[in-house]
Amino acid sequence: MNGSAQKLTAAVGGAVLGCFRYLGGMTLLLGQTFRAGWESTFVRRSRFARQSLAEQMVRVGVRSIPIVMLVQGFIGVILALQIAPPLEPWGQVGSIANIIGVAGFRMLGPIITGIVISGFAGASIAAELGTMVVSEEIEAMEAMAMNPVRFLLVPRVIATVLMMVLLTIVADLMIGIGGWVASYLAIGPEAHVGYWERMQRQVQYRDFFTGLLQAGVFGVLISIIACFEGLKVKGGAGGVGLATTMTVVYSIVAIILASCIFTIVFYRLGW
Amino acid sequence: MAPSDDKQTPPVIEVVNLVKHFGGRAVLEGVNLAIYPGETMVVMGGSGCGKSTLLRHMIGSMWPDEGQVVLFGKNLSTLEENELDAVRRRFGILFQSGALFNSMTVGENVALPLREHTDLDERTIRIITLIKLELVGLRRAENLMPSEISGGMKKRAGLARALALDPEVLFYDEPSAGLDPVTSAEIDQLMMDLSDKIGVTSVVVTHEMDSAFCIADRMAVLDHGRMISVGPREQFEALRDGEPTGDETNDLIRQFLRGDSEGPLSERRQQDDYEQNLLEVAEGYRPTSFSRE
Repeated sequence: MNGSAQKLTAAVGGAVLGCFRYLGGMTLLLGQTFRAGWESTFVRRSRFARQSLAEQMVRVGVRSIPIVMLVQGFIGVILALQIAPPLEPWGQVGSIANIIGVAGFRMLGPIITGIVISGFAGASIAAELGTMVVSEEIEAMEAMAMNPVRFLLVPRVIATVLMMVLLTIVADLMIGIGGWVASYLAIGPEAHVGYWERMQRQVQYRDFFTGLLQAGVFGVLISIIACFEGLKVKGGAGGVGLATTMTVVYSIVAIILASCIFTIVFYRLGW
Repeated sequence: MAPSDDKQTPPVIEVVNLVKHFGGRAVLEGVNLAIYPGETMVVMGGSGCGKSTLLRHMIGSMWPDEGQVVLFGKNLSTLEENELDAVRRRFGILFQSGALFNSMTVGENVALPLREHTDLDERTIRIITLIKLELVGLRRAENLMPSEISGGMKKRAGLARALALDPEVLFYDEPSAGLDPVTSAEIDQLMMDLSDKIGVTSVVVTHEMDSAFCIADRMAVLDHGRMISVGPREQFEALRDGEPTGDETNDLIRQFLRGDSEGPLSERRQQDDYEQNLLEVAEGYRPTSFSRE
């Protein structure tokens, strides 16, 4: 084998190994978090974790409500205006409500919320934990016989999952409203008269719940990627910056990938 | 409290043949150290000599490649997580930066170990917190956030937190680094008070010589991952104040203690393969098209 081929093999092998190491490390952390979460909820009840859960829910969720509403409202408007022209020749402009209902509840609600939250909460979780690593706070916590996974990760993961699900409900609503506003202002009565009735007829519970299931899983992905990136920060402020960037990048990739897998599974199952 | 001279009592901390590698580079090469109840042991050494690594092994946040660390008679490497936590509750540590939790007030930082590890009611926790803060002179800073206080105050607050559970052993990582001389002296005084009044065993890692001679009962010098000398403070004082002996190890320690710019330490740095290095670079040098013109 000549030199450059060997280098290429080594580079590819190294990248694959690094990828597995990353995923393995993250899976281990996720396992530890579930275990610690289970123990602190059911085995030894910890008031500290609960207080911090409320704090984290405010930080992850409550503060992102306006942004999620804004973004999802615009998504509804865009969707309505984009699909109206191709439907018009068929006399089906009224189906805007049906399409927006399904697309919003099943996919756009959870995905766009996930992307907003990965930038909003994921990046800040990674930066916060990374700074704690740099300032020896995590080490201090361990030396004080306090498990950082239980204290820091469990409330953050639970808060992100809960708020992802709740925000997705808000998101679904806002996409619907955005579609209605666009129909009312720009498209015409054939779109907005009976809009909500058509959406109600079209959207079934399974559309809603599969969306929420995805949202919950995205919440796990975003928070665990953020925690993992934050905890492995090395070398000061530069490391913290890198961790926040990688959190957003990996979260978005993970969300889209997971959504793709979900869609395939749901399609196969006929959900 | 004076160190036990007869050494009949078993050591609180015993480091046996500790070896640690980082990425193939040996940081600790068979370190041995015993620390006895009530004494203040100062571990000294230049930057990168492995003293922080040694400290991290003693508090159970790093694990040895070879050898063992025995704390309170228990080999840390063999302990389960909950047993290790039980050991951790018996010692306190003051980190270099204080390592206060930035999201909590000074008072909450001190109260945290009590809330976590005891079943005390809030009123008692508050009283203990105030006692510990008064001990380090920070009672009035109880409600301030760590970002609102100075570096010296952060260290004192970190000390108060380390004292919260009345530890038997206190570890200090560079307690006087980055502090002005007065604050540094205050921290030294505080450390000596704790040792004298409470009889706590202290392990101090530092390269600040004034502070080291001030607080130490015994001293240890770490160099390139090896423990080159351990002994009572007087032995090192004699070495520092005496003339060079010609013995390389002693002269090396003497230079370090005195902070001289000339001596075996600086010679060792200069003996590096400097010329060799330059020649290698020159050999690989090919004239560029630019220099041929």
